[in-house]
Amino acid sequence: MKFVEGINADVTADIVYMMCPMHLLKLDEMIKQLDKGQVLQILTDYDGALEDIPAWCDKTGNEFIGLEDEEDYYKLYIRKIV
Amino acid sequence: MSKTYFDHVATNPLRPDVFDAMMPYFKEEFGNPLNMYDLGLRARDAIEWARTEVASLINAKPSTIVFTSSGAESNNFALRGIALARQSQGKHLIVSKVEHHSILNSARFLEKSGFVVTWMPVDKNGLIDPEVVRKSITDETTLISVTHASSEIGTIEPLREIAKIAKERNIIFHADGVATVGNIPVDVKELGVDLLSMSAHQFYGPKGAGALYIKEGTRIVPLIYGGIQEGGRRAGTENVPAIVGMGKAAELAKKELHQRIQHCERLRDKIIEGMLKIPKVYLTGHPNNRLPHHASFVVEFIEGEAMLLMLSMKGIYAASGSACSSKALKASPILLSIGIPSSLAQGSIVFSVGMENTDEDVAYFLREFRPIIERLREMSPFGKGWGDGDADEKCYVGGA
Repeated sequence: MKFVEGINADVTADIVYMMCPMHLLKLDEMIKQLDKGQVLQILTDYDGALEDIPAWCDKTGNEFIGLEDEEDYYKLYIRKIV
Repeated sequence: MSKTYFDHVATNPLRPDVFDAMMPYFKEEFGNPLNMYDLGLRARDAIEWARTEVASLINAKPSTIVFTSSGAESNNFALRGIALARQSQGKHLIVSKVEHHSILNSARFLEKSGFVVTWMPVDKNGLIDPEVVRKSITDETTLISVTHASSEIGTIEPLREIAKIAKERNIIFHADGVATVGNIPVDVKELGVDLLSMSAHQFYGPKGAGALYIKEGTRIVPLIYGGIQEGGRRAGTENVPAIVGMGKAAELAKKELHQRIQHCERLRDKIIEGMLKIPKVYLTGHPNNRLPHHASFVVEFIEGEAMLLMLSMKGIYAASGSACSSKALKASPILLSIGIPSSLAQGSIVFSVGMENTDEDVAYFLREFRPIIERLREMSPFGKGWGDGDADEKCYVGGA
């Protein structure tokens, strides 16, 4: 898993405490609204997202930049490529 | 014998047009809203229409409305969900003493789970003093929960002032709007609440449908885990007919609110005027700042249950204390909290009127009630000499 710091996101989706698979549905919904090159930040407390979101990025051709581990939740960064 | 229903805070009759709106979703439109084919999509569209109507009733965005099964579920969800979501910031909650059991018992559960709860007192009219709320706040406080109006004494609480205090200290503010939404104007932006509970059957919608307004950006831990219904916040296949019914009831309530308030206030005032002519009957709750359809009293030397029984024999349906307190046959904690002695609190009776009630209903009730009181007092072991006292004091708590 790639840990990062100081990434500036263009848009944030706060889905902390929302149930699986909201992380994938929200990711799909939000990425459609971005321009290529823009960065989406997803805040989630769901451990499964740590596998699912990089896998989703591989599958769709978008870039998983990495994550930051906060005390109660994760920040995951995704750059829109396609 | 005609039937006179004066228990609208317990529940309301379903409006025929609400029933008509619900019917297709019991029959041909039975699809699961998560299905991707047209049957499911139509069910989903119906839910989103209802969400828009409920949101409009309280001046909120549709995306801030989460449908639940009841006002009680909304209250449980709000209290537990916010307390757990913010526990890393603190474990102190402030809850008033005039709350519904769904709030009181949720707060007690949290107390047993390691949270600290400050129980806010009220004055003799049932009003919370916002300054007392301010003084109760600690660095650990994460949530304040207050009823918008008590269904037992009808007093409308000063939410705006409390919301302002909560906002100053970055504390989440939940209001229980079950008794108010659809009965008085409720605007979440104007009130400044972060969460608001609602129940459809309190405004002529179906039972089994409630909602919780959650202000954008508010994190809340789900009460029911499962699928992604309600944006991943409340699992379980949606009760589509009930939700559609709630939407229709919200649409009608918004349209008719002014007319409903005028009609109910007039009947309520007639009941209060007639009741206070009977010696040793006292109004409970605030004399003016109260729900438009709500008149509550304590009657000295008589038990509420006895009054209810004799009224029902005359086809008149009312309540004694909250529905739960009535069944538990114990003095209502809300009446005790406004300073009514336990013996007098046993004589609690609540009349709540609705759109189908008429002036004739009120006249019939007032005609029948006085002899019932006289007969019960003759039978009461406590009633000996009841007529000797000062009968001028009409409002036990309000000092009329």
